[in-house]
Amino acid sequence: MIEIEHVRKSFGQLEVLKGIDLTVSKGEVVTIIGGSGSGKSTLLTCINGLEPIDSGRILIDGTEVHAKSTDLNKLRRKVGIVFQQWNAFPHLTVLENVTLAPRKVLGMARAEAEEIAVRQLTHVGLGDKLKTYPGRLSGGQQQRMAIARALAMSPEYMLFDEVTSALDPQLVGEVLDTLKMLAQEGMTMILVTHEMAFARDVSDRVAFFHQGVMAEIGPPQQIFGDPQHPETRKFLSSTRQ
Amino acid sequence: MFNYTFQWKQAMARLPQMLDGAIVTMQVAILSMVIGILLAIVLTMFRLSGIRILSAVAKAWVEIARNTPALFQIYMAHFGLGSFGLHLSPFLSILIGITFNNAGYLTENFRGALKAIPDTQTRAARSLGMGAAGAFRHVVLPQMLRISFLPMTNQMVWAILMTSLGVTVGMNTDLYGVTQDLNALTFRTFELFALAAVIFYVITKIVTLGARLIAARLFRY
Ligand SMILES: Nc1ncnc2c1ncn2[C@@H]1O[C@H](COP(=O)(O)OP(=O)(O)OP(=O)(O)O)[C@@H](O)[C@H]1O
Ligand SMILES: [Mg+2]
Repeated sequence: MIEIEHVRKSFGQLEVLKGIDLTVSKGEVVTIIGGSGSGKSTLLTCINGLEPIDSGRILIDGTEVHAKSTDLNKLRRKVGIVFQQWNAFPHLTVLENVTLAPRKVLGMARAEAEEIAVRQLTHVGLGDKLKTYPGRLSGGQQQRMAIARALAMSPEYMLFDEVTSALDPQLVGEVLDTLKMLAQEGMTMILVTHEMAFARDVSDRVAFFHQGVMAEIGPPQQIFGDPQHPETRKFLSSTRQ
Repeated sequence: MFNYTFQWKQAMARLPQMLDGAIVTMQVAILSMVIGILLAIVLTMFRLSGIRILSAVAKAWVEIARNTPALFQIYMAHFGLGSFGLHLSPFLSILIGITFNNAGYLTENFRGALKAIPDTQTRAARSLGMGAAGAFRHVVLPQMLRISFLPMTNQMVWAILMTSLGVTVGMNTDLYGVTQDLNALTFRTFELFALAAVIFYVITKIVTLGARLIAARLFRY
């Protein structure tokens, strides 16, 4: 379970998160939508401790992420994250990209790490690209590799930050399909996305962020069918155009 | 007028001695590069550490190495340390002087290379549970060395040529030192130094070409 309690966060003068509360249970898929600069990415990077917070707290299975005593490196094994772009390590083959962390962080033997990597890469449809360098992959393939790389650490939670928004339109589908597959397998996920049809499809709940506040959260039917907050309506009608 | 008669035979007879000198020159250059690269990696980590005294050390090193004559740096290793009672052999003095110079220049090259590696690489590594050191070693360092490969090759050439400064601290076993001694013995000045220049040229060409081949094998991405 991920528990986010009254989280506030500023960059200098700019308050980016103004008291966020959100609890995500095991197996749940929560999608975050909202305008540019509303704090969506910042929240994700706070959840796995890449960014500090100013007040409030975030608990992952009861462990406080930003407590001094918390071993972040250990905690991050539980929480995978895939960013918008530049995820691939260009100097390593696809297979090496995926085996790196299991070997160096978990201390796994090469053979075992490769077995897991091959399984994950096959799972995301890259079983035939093991020896390829990321520079030769399409953007969509690179993102699927990044997903496999995160999954190879057997995380219990996955965070996705607009993983399709840097892709050419024809490559978006293959990545969304991969995410959908994960959701169906019961992975607990928090996704930031601009793909509304997709959000409606996979989410258990959809949260709408507006200027650092979670203005509204609810099941997708409600958010997309009957939004309560005026800003949600405004945002949704702007994305429909 | 012009009454110098070339006597190439005499110079050529000394070729084996000069090639022995070339081997010493290469030993100094290679050692100074290997140690220089390792030091530059350490200095780069000092710079990134955020610890003020460490980054000050790195900064001072780079500034002195890049903004003073290499000859001065070699003099400091020999006569400078000598005046503190630490008397180094000519070989060690030239090795330390060139290594100091290499490390300074390479640290600056590494700084440029790091700018070309997006922060997101470190982020991605950290988010997989790697510590700061692990992320640097497995993700940033290999990319940094790749980007710096050409500057490193240039520095290697420069290191080979810098060994000629060794004569100023009494070095006489390297290519330039051997040539100078032979000149004092035979007075075939032009022939000997022309021959030395050709050997220097051939060595640096081989190094540059070899580096290109290594790069093609090593960096297939
Ligand atoms: N490292 C940073 N330093 C300073 N300001 C930052 C930093 N990261 C984000 N911001 C600012 O914080 C605000 C929220 O950024 P964030 O990336 O969380 O928004 P977002 O909702 O993900 O937007 P988008 O949809 O454009 O990705 C923005 O105004 C951004 O400029
Ligand atoms: Mg964002």
